[in-house]
Amino acid sequence: MTAATRPDRASHAARIMPGPAAIAEAMLAAGCRFFAGYPMTPFTEVLETMAARLPEVGGVCVNAESELEAVGMAWGAAATGTPAATGSTGQGLSLMQESLAEIVYARLPLVVLNMARAQGDYFQATRGGGHGDYRHLVLAPCDVPEAVELTQLAFHLAEKWRSPVLVMGDYYLAHTHQSVTVAPLDFGPLPPRDWALDGRSGGSGAAKLISPLSDAKQRHAAGRADAGYDLAEFYHRHVAVMERMVAEEPPRAETEFVEDAEVVVVAYGTPGAYVRQAVRELRAEGRRVGYVRPITLVPFPSEIVAAAAAGGRTVAVYENNQGQMLDDVRLAVLGAAPVRFIGGLSLDASGFGIAPDLDVAVLKARIAAVHDAAAPAGDAGHDGRGGAA
Amino acid sequence: MSGRTELPVIRTDAPPACAARLVHDFTPALIDVGAHHLCPGCGEPIAMRSMVEQVEELDQVRRAIAVFGIGCYTAYSNNLDIEVLQALHGRAPSLATGVKRCRPDTLVFTVQGDGDMVNEGLQEVLHAAARGENITCFMLNNGVFGETGGHMTAATVLGQRTKNTLDGRDAAQHGYPIRLADLIAQLDGAAYVARGAVNNAVNITRTNRMIKNAFRAQLEGRGFSFVEILTMCPTGWFVDTLDAPAYLDEALAATHRPGVLKDTSKPAAPVSALAPVVAPESAPASAKGTTA
Repeated sequence: MTAATRPDRASHAARIMPGPAAIAEAMLAAGCRFFAGYPMTPFTEVLETMAARLPEVGGVCVNAESELEAVGMAWGAAATGTPAATGSTGQGLSLMQESLAEIVYARLPLVVLNMARAQGDYFQATRGGGHGDYRHLVLAPCDVPEAVELTQLAFHLAEKWRSPVLVMGDYYLAHTHQSVTVAPLDFGPLPPRDWALDGRSGGSGAAKLISPLSDAKQRHAAGRADAGYDLAEFYHRHVAVMERMVAEEPPRAETEFVEDAEVVVVAYGTPGAYVRQAVRELRAEGRRVGYVRPITLVPFPSEIVAAAAAGGRTVAVYENNQGQMLDDVRLAVLGAAPVRFIGGLSLDASGFGIAPDLDVAVLKARIAAVHDAAAPAGDAGHDGRGGAA
Repeated sequence: MSGRTELPVIRTDAPPACAARLVHDFTPALIDVGAHHLCPGCGEPIAMRSMVEQVEELDQVRRAIAVFGIGCYTAYSNNLDIEVLQALHGRAPSLATGVKRCRPDTLVFTVQGDGDMVNEGLQEVLHAAARGENITCFMLNNGVFGETGGHMTAATVLGQRTKNTLDGRDAAQHGYPIRLADLIAQLDGAAYVARGAVNNAVNITRTNRMIKNAFRAQLEGRGFSFVEILTMCPTGWFVDTLDAPAYLDEALAATHRPGVLKDTSKPAAPVSALAPVVAPESAPASAKGTTA
């Protein structure tokens, strides 16, 4: 993990802020100067804050007429080298997928927020709802201060790899007030934006081109039988960059108590914070349980999960969906340990992720049940609640 | 078709009388490679030439950014010596919006076809026009999806034969064509709206002037400008290459009528005024014969 330095932290006092406002301030701190969005709960408050704040710092916020246009505008802004972002809720993200798939191949930095309702968009975020063979990084904060850090990191990674980076929020993050400090974070130097369009390379004989189809001009292909596109060569080159990004960018995860845990619980986002609390309380009660909270969903912290599961310990997965990250956990463990799903769709009547299951007592009971089933009878490491022989 | 110009036939059954030589390179300065693989008789290279020539004439070469849609004309996206941003099918106006908002000092224009703009991306161009977005959008209208091989678009005129309207577009089955320039001219954010054609020298000259006026509207910050350019697609029209310019006049231009539809640089054309509302008590008794 890159150690972020906080150069002028003292000048940025901690404030009680709602998640969306803190994320918006983090975007401004990261240099974002263009934002486009379409209202949708619980993304709306991010758009409201950006509409009010961006003009104050000389930026532009466009209230796009649709999510299709929002992502298009952000795409155009990104092509000029302006740090840009857009976002929505899962449904709106569905509309943006075609563009996101193309922006990956156009190699443009863009930060995309999914203020999701529950956790049903894991596949959309990590597999890509769009067409073609592509990947982009996905970051999943569990609370407002982490969202402030990861949102700024997203801008850094987007520019470093010239790729969209998705920040995966959720309903709780969008409606929670927390004490947070928003100070610009320095993640290190970035390559120059020499690819950005400003019109000035026109007439030079090598005018810039930003396209998901080609980065070679026809004259550069002179002498070939077909002086048009060579998509095969172009795609192969770009796939190599994507593979390098996923391989080189370190996976991030928070772990606790995994060294001697008999049950390791895997959860991300706000539910990950609830699981953390449930595991801590169970530890205090004498149960050998631990957790892994993936922070990067792409690249998935497979090795961290595998190491936590080493020795055939039981792995439990909690998600507020019917089991999506579950697949990645199974792939990480590769059959070396049993994997139990303790999540499930948990919504309020409006379909939002205000989950009745997101209750530490409920989670403790589920984890304890897995632990009871997993722990060998008479194991001294167990608290004996199950009845030592 | 009558009146066809007889062109000299080059004999290929005998060696040439003299060696071929380049008399002059007529490739516009801003088009990198003159050769293209669009069909013989296609109008799009002419329209493309007109656009880049106007960029040059207005001295905007080092300030221009073209945003391309997807169609046959996309062949030019990596063949220009001005900066190009390639968009998805239909989405060029929103990309152009993002570019222009971040680089207000550039000349930003989109190059799209009727399939791209009227079918896939209709809301994009209408919203950009309504916002008065200070960009220029060009639509190359040949009434077909040329790149897929000549299929019906929302701009295909009634009676026009396409690969999926083999007996001609029939309103009862396929609905009516959308006249996009007419639609855009109604929007308050549109500063300049015109429809040209490239099927003969006179129309090309007029179209060049329209393109220049559209760019001027943008350079003067007057708002959204739009030029629809009717182009030939003999392949997609099932007509002989040499008959295509005449077919454009007879078929396309009869529905999509060329002309300047709106120009805010000129005083509004006089509108026939409505008769003033007259109060009933002052109305002449004879007017309707119902006054007591």
